Amino acid sequence: MEHFLEAFSWINMRFLLEGLLITIQVSLLSIAFSFIIGGILGIIRYVKIPVLSSIIGVIIDIIRNLPLLLIIFFTYFGLPNMGVRLNIFWSAVAAMAVFQSAMLAEIIRGGIVAVPKGQMEAARSTGLTYTQAMRIIILPQALKKMIPPIVGQFISLVKDTSLATVIVLPELTYSARIIYSQDSNLVLPMFFMITLLYFLICYCLAKLSVRLDRSLS
Amino acid sequence: MKKLGTMTISILSGLTLSLLSACGTQDLASYDILERSQETASLTWGVKADTPLFGSMNIETRQIEGFEIDLAAAITREILGDDAKVEFIEVSSKTRIPLLKNGNIDAIIATMTITEARREVVDFSEVYFEAGQSLLVHKDSGIASIEDLDKSSVVIGAKGSNSVANIRELIPGITVLELENFSEAFVALRARQGVAVTTDNSVLYGLSAQDPDYIVTDETFTVEPYGIAVNKNQERFLNEVNKALQTIKENGTYDSLHEKWLGSVINRND
Amino acid sequence: MFQILNDYSSELLEGFQITLISSVIALIFSLIIGVLLAILQISGKKLFITLANIYVEFFRNIPLLIIAMFFYVVVPVFWVPLSGFAAGTIGLTLYTAAFIADTVRAGILAVPKGQMEAARSTGLTFIEAMRYVVLPQAFKIVIPPLGNQFISLIKNSSVLALVAGFDLMYQGDIIASETFNVFDTYILIALIYLLLTMPLSYLMRYLEKHWSIN
Repeated sequence: MEHFLEAFSWINMRFLLEGLLITIQVSLLSIAFSFIIGGILGIIRYVKIPVLSSIIGVIIDIIRNLPLLLIIFFTYFGLPNMGVRLNIFWSAVAAMAVFQSAMLAEIIRGGIVAVPKGQMEAARSTGLTYTQAMRIIILPQALKKMIPPIVGQFISLVKDTSLATVIVLPELTYSARIIYSQDSNLVLPMFFMITLLYFLICYCLAKLSVRLDRSLS
Repeated sequence: MKKLGTMTISILSGLTLSLLSACGTQDLASYDILERSQETASLTWGVKADTPLFGSMNIETRQIEGFEIDLAAAITREILGDDAKVEFIEVSSKTRIPLLKNGNIDAIIATMTITEARREVVDFSEVYFEAGQSLLVHKDSGIASIEDLDKSSVVIGAKGSNSVANIRELIPGITVLELENFSEAFVALRARQGVAVTTDNSVLYGLSAQDPDYIVTDETFTVEPYGIAVNKNQERFLNEVNKALQTIKENGTYDSLHEKWLGSVINRND
Repeated sequence: MFQILNDYSSELLEGFQITLISSVIALIFSLIIGVLLAILQISGKKLFITLANIYVEFFRNIPLLIIAMFFYVVVPVFWVPLSGFAAGTIGLTLYTAAFIADTVRAGILAVPKGQMEAARSTGLTFIEAMRYVVLPQAFKIVIPPLGNQFISLIKNSSVLALVAGFDLMYQGDIIASETFNVFDTYILIALIYLLLTMPLSYLMRYLEKHWSIN
C-alpha cells in the first residue's frame, strides 16, 4: 500500500500533469480547427454544389471509415512526402483535426437538414437572401440541436489523443507509460491516476453539454 | 443514378491513392544537411528515450540522458563548434527510419544496428559501439541461453528492431510479440506475456538494472555493431560525422563517456 | 504497393481475419451486455439504474487504449494471463457495451409507451411484453445506429496493434518496419479497412432511409 501512495510523488505528478497539459492543448486546438473546417464542409455538403459536394462527400466518407490510428500515421509520416513537414505536436493536432472535421461535417450537415423546411421559405419570404437566411435563421437553430453530438465528438477527441502516443506525443498516456516503464511498482498507480484524470475531464464535459443543451432550448 | 456516381468517384479515389503512393516514396531531405546545419548552427538527432544508459527520459528534469545523447552532443560540437545547438527527438525502432527520410531528423543515434537491409535505405557511420543480441528473462525462469528456447516459446521484441528478424532466423516458427518499444516490451514481460525480451544486451542491461528480478543471459548470439544513420545522398555530412567520431575516439572523449555510462556494463567494443 | 501485397499476403490475411473476428466477438458480447444494461436502466428500480449508469458513465469517459492496456499489462499480473488479442477484444467489448446501452435504451424508449401498456393489458408479463412487442420494434429503430457502432468497432479494433494483437494494423506496422516503406504499406492497410467499413457504411445509410419511411 505504501508503494501505491509513494507513486504519487510530486515529481511523478508533475510529469503527468505536463502530459495532461499537452492533451488539453492538442484537444482544444483540434476542436477549434475541426469545428471551423467541419462546419464549412458540412455546409458545402448541405448546399450541394455540383461536383465539389460529391468529391468532398467521398473524401469525408473515406476519412470517417478509417481508424484514427491510421490517420495519425498518415499525417505524421505521409504528409512530409507531400511537402508538408510538421513536428509531433502539430502532426497530432492535424491528424485529430482531419478526423474530427470529417465527423463534424456529417453531424453539422445532419443538423441543418433537421431544421424544418418551412424556416427557409419563411425567411426568404421576408426578403432575406439565401445566404442571409442561412446565417441568421437556419444555422443558429441547427447549431442548437447539434450541441449534444458535437460535444460528444469533443469528448471522443480528448480520449483519442491517447492514441497519439504512437507518434510519441508527450501527452498524458505517454507520460504514464514512461513513468511505469521505469518502475514496475508504478503500473497500477499510474493506471489509476490517468483513468481518474481522463474520466474527470470527459465527465465534466458531458455534464457541461447537458447544462448547455438545457439552457439553450 | 446518384449511387453510380458515388461508386465511380470512390473507385477513382482508390486509384488516385494508389498513384499517390507511387510518388510518395521520394524523400524530402534533398537539401544538404551539412550546409543547413552550418547555417542554423544546430543538428537534430533521433534518439531513444526509453533505453536506460543509452537514451532515457529523466522524469525529474524532463531531459533525455544517456551515452548516445552525450556522444551526439560531442559530435555536434566537433562539427559545428562549441556554441552549436543540439536537439533531440525521441524515436523508436519503428519510427526512426521514416523520420530520417522525411527530414524530421538529421541523423539517428538510437541503438541502431548496421545491417545490409538497412544499408539499402540509409547510410551508416563507422561503428561506435558493439553489442550482441541476448535474452532478458526472469531470474527463476530456468532459461540460461538461447538453447533453452524453441518454436513453442513466446518472446517479446519491438517493432522495427532487427533482433526480431535475427531470432526468427535462429529459431524458425518462434512466436515474437512486437511491442511499440523496449520499455513496453519489458512491461509485457513482467505481465508474463512472454518468457523473454530479446534485443541487444546493452539495452537489456539497462532494463535489467530497473528490476533485479530480471537478468540478462550471458551469451550473446549475434554481433550488433551500432552506427549513426544518415540519409542517402548526404556524403559530406556523413564524412564530417565520421571525422568527428574519429577525433572523439582519439582525444579521450569517447573513453570518458563510455566509462561514465557503460563502465559497469559488460561489452565488446573497438 | 502490389509488391507488398504479394510478399505479405499471408500476414495481411491473418491481420484481416483477426480484425474481423475480434470485431464480431466484441459486437456479440457488447450487444448482450448493452441490452442488459439498457433493460436495467429502464427497469425503474433505483439500484439497478444506478449500477447501470455507473458502468455506462465510467466506460464512456475513458480511452479505449487504457482499457485494453489494463487487460494486457495489469490483469495478467494479478489474475489470469491474457493474450493481446484477448485483452484488446475484452477492452473493445466493455467499451462498446456502454455506447450500445445508450443506443438500445433510446430505441426502447422510442417505441410508443402505448405498446407496453397494450401488451401488458393482454396479460403478458413485463419480460414477455419486452420480448414480443417492444424489443422487436426497438430493434428496427436501433439497427442503423447499431450498424454504425459495428463500423466504429472495426475501426477501434486497431487498438489491438498496440498490445501485439496481430490484427490488420499490427501487421501494417510490422510490414512497414520490414520494408522501410511507410507510405505504401499504410495506404494498402487503409484500402483493406475501407473494404470492410465502406460497404457497411453505405448499407446503413440505405437501411436508415428505407426503414424510416415506415
